Amino acid sequence: MRSRTRIARAGRGLLIPLVTVVLAFIAGGFVVLFTGHDPFSTYGAIFDGTGLNWLFPWVTGTARTTAAFNLQQTLVAATPLILTGLSVAFAFRVGLFNIGAQGQYTVGGVMAVWIGSIFPNMNPVLHIVLAIAAAALMGAAWAAIAGWLRAVVGTHEVLSTIMLNWIAIWVATYLFQAGGPLQSTTEAGNPVSNTIVPSAHLPVIWGNPLLQGLSIGIFISLAAAVAFWAIMNRSTLGYEIRAVGHSPDAARGAGISVARSYAVTMAICGVFAGLAAATDVLGWEFQISTGDLTISQVGFLGIAVALLGRNTAIGTVAAALLFGALETGTSVRALNSNVFNPELASQLTLIIEGLVVLLVSTDLIAVRILGLPAKLGLGRPRAGTALDRGVPDEAATAAAVTEGLEGKLEQGV
Amino acid sequence: MTDQPPVLELREITKRFGPVVANDRVDFDLRAGEVHALLGENGAGKSTLMSVLYGLYSPTSGEILVDGRPVRIDSPNDAIDLGIGMVHQHFMFIPVMTITENIVLGSEPVRTGVGHTLGVLDRRTARDRVRELSDRYGLAVDPDARIEDVSVGMQQRVEILRALYRNARILVLDEPTAVLTAQEITELMGVIQRLKADGTAIIFISHKLGEVLEVADRVTVLRRGRSMGTVPRAGATEQSLARMVVGRDVIFRVEKEEATPGDPILEVEDLHVVDDRGLEAVRGATLTVRAGEIVALAGVDGNGQTELVEAITGIRAPVSGRVRVDGADITGRGVRRATEAGVAHIAQDRHRVGLVLPFTLAENLGLRRYRRPPLSRLGWLNLRSFAERAAGLISAFDVRGGGAETPAYALSGGNQQKVCIAREIDSEPRLLVAHQPTRGLDVGAIEFVHSRLIEQRDAGRGVLLVSLESEEVRSLADRILVIYEGRIVAEFPPEASEEELGIAMTGGTVVGA
Ligand SMILES: Nc1ncnc2c1ncn2[C@@H]1O[C@H](COP(=O)(O)OP(=O)(O)OP(=O)(O)O)[C@@H](O)[C@H]1O
Ligand SMILES: [Mg+2]
Repeated sequence: MRSRTRIARAGRGLLIPLVTVVLAFIAGGFVVLFTGHDPFSTYGAIFDGTGLNWLFPWVTGTARTTAAFNLQQTLVAATPLILTGLSVAFAFRVGLFNIGAQGQYTVGGVMAVWIGSIFPNMNPVLHIVLAIAAAALMGAAWAAIAGWLRAVVGTHEVLSTIMLNWIAIWVATYLFQAGGPLQSTTEAGNPVSNTIVPSAHLPVIWGNPLLQGLSIGIFISLAAAVAFWAIMNRSTLGYEIRAVGHSPDAARGAGISVARSYAVTMAICGVFAGLAAATDVLGWEFQISTGDLTISQVGFLGIAVALLGRNTAIGTVAAALLFGALETGTSVRALNSNVFNPELASQLTLIIEGLVVLLVSTDLIAVRILGLPAKLGLGRPRAGTALDRGVPDEAATAAAVTEGLEGKLEQGV
Repeated sequence: MTDQPPVLELREITKRFGPVVANDRVDFDLRAGEVHALLGENGAGKSTLMSVLYGLYSPTSGEILVDGRPVRIDSPNDAIDLGIGMVHQHFMFIPVMTITENIVLGSEPVRTGVGHTLGVLDRRTARDRVRELSDRYGLAVDPDARIEDVSVGMQQRVEILRALYRNARILVLDEPTAVLTAQEITELMGVIQRLKADGTAIIFISHKLGEVLEVADRVTVLRRGRSMGTVPRAGATEQSLARMVVGRDVIFRVEKEEATPGDPILEVEDLHVVDDRGLEAVRGATLTVRAGEIVALAGVDGNGQTELVEAITGIRAPVSGRVRVDGADITGRGVRRATEAGVAHIAQDRHRVGLVLPFTLAENLGLRRYRRPPLSRLGWLNLRSFAERAAGLISAFDVRGGGAETPAYALSGGNQQKVCIAREIDSEPRLLVAHQPTRGLDVGAIEFVHSRLIEQRDAGRGVLLVSLESEEVRSLADRILVIYEGRIVAEFPPEASEEELGIAMTGGTVVGA
């Protein structure tokens, strides 16, 4: 009986995001239909674009080579999304809303590119570890500012992280712009950083290192997800974090310092976001231009990833893979333009992502349609009991997320 | 009377939560103008049955008839349309809105003319209607105060008004007296009489048998989800009802030996504490609790008890004064320090402070001890220890309705309280601060908690009991301290009469101190 309720609970946790995604895809299908295309062949082409067809043994020859390349791109895109997703999810669990993953990612990237480029002849292992550690610590320090402000002064973390995002982006822009202190020493006129030396490149495990092959960054992401799970579910720190997230009053009553939990949690979030930057910079980017800084949305997408992943480690990994696949599958490079215009397709991705976020953060539609609680015998929440799902303020969440996605639409990425 | 169908009839209602059968083929009926009490142990299924009636849960099987006609109630809106109103065991409000706004929420009168098109709330009409209802039934409220600023008693009157505002003919009161002061309870009884006279039918849930005998016309008893039958008030006694509830004889008098107090454990000296609004709630309280005695703090609610308890247990830092436990100064040093010094705390608000509701029982039971082996080592939890410990405590304290992996919100109120008590007693404290430890508990559970507290005393621990029930205070305490306006104004032996206590509690001249 115990395992049954557990399975029921897990099933509910899994079903709602799944239904949400399906609904979003169906809605996206109608959009495709309105543009005068066939939704089935479009989704088929997108699927091929993600490289997931590589998993089918009957795909052979050049199709297989293309599929392998596309799948590498999907995983490369998913790598930092996993980490920024974890960053946001970790904060959610203590009841904080970390909109600052983007800023933490930015400062982490600056550190990674700086350390990766200033030591010309270091031992590669040492160099990589040093650059990763520097990025993670920088992200942690940046996030800790927001945690500290919330813990000590009471400044709401949504405000402080948004501000810190802009500060990070503009400081980094200043550093790399023409005449800036960290601007490239070899490309005098360009607003770019120095290029990382080979000893700091993450080893590529699949594909061509010169064509954005898949680096060991994916293992860093997965290891971080495992660490997330272990800290959250098996450590005293995670136990405190969850207690504070569910009920600060009860946590306080048990002698847990809520302020300390906020500060520590934010610092850990920053580690995840900083690692995300390290995997990108050391894995395939190797150089940062000021243009990248404002265009990058990895941190904001992390919010959507965390929401869809229900703030769990495994859910975040799955959601990041989905988002990474969508981005790759609809990219100009991967999508068969005879079937659907990739320009339109990337907008389609945004629509699907936006719908997913909206549906997940309201949660209602999937629940209504399935009538899930009754079917799984879970009942509605007890009268007077706010069933905490670990999401601090859903309205604010949805609003901020849509804002992030809108920003992306405007920039027409 | 007999040829008229009852206003409400529940037939063979069954409600399951997975494997738990909360209601098992329960029959229940209610006539116009009658008060029908629903009694039963914690977790017997009273609140669940009412939630089914109010459309919060859909029944697994069974039928509901209103005025003799079968009805479907899928949501509270359906219930309200059928004239059913409910005052929940735990209130549901929007705390920042005013009382009037909370009452009319969902059925707001709108202005006429342009205001109508815009859906502007007609405040005047709303207020008049609220005034009229509150005058008619003696439900005194301040229509413009914000919910978060008023007493629990007034919040409850707001709940009743909200139901009446929607023309409820059937009113469910789920443990309305558990949160009230003696004075407020008397007022509520008056309100019930007036509603009854107007033909409103009332379902009244309470664990206090005296109240039930005072107000009810008929009594139905639930035990483990089943109806044990319905009896008229005439002929029922507290003893007979208690026997129906728990299935055995209940000892109402607390059996205990003479106390043998030892050294002081808790010493509070000239303590001053301010409340959330910055007002001084405790104004120079001084008291001592010695090993092996139960000291009861008696007083009318809102005289600084809560703030005093929070200062002793480390939740709230006092502005001045001293708190010492076993000689160690823990003034303003926080909960953790207090816990280390041996302070355990049965919180009065188990939902907000006592429990992390979404946590499992194992996790909740670990809250005081998770930092040390065997529950954790070097910062890593030992989940097996959590589960084993929880299983032991759940059976030792007779927690019903779930196991180590059940989330705390799924337990009935009384069983949640047992979880809190189990955790605090298990921490082997030097001082046990029990703040309203039997609020919302059934007679059997009260007996159980009382004997646990006496056991703690006899084990040489100091017990500080804070209670609004003078019955409980007098039967458990070895010494009674009366708190009034933030000061300890009198001390009585347990033999003190109710009148003496009452006078001291309301600030009257103290004779025996
Ligand atoms: N949402 C739920 N999920 C699982 N079990 C539940 C749920 N709600 C109630 N139960 C179980 O149903 C049983 C009846 O609970 P209910 O709250 O109706 O008791 P009660 O008679 O009101 O008790 P109390 O006097 O303590 O308030 C309990 O065993 C409880 O654990
Ligand atoms: Mg109940």
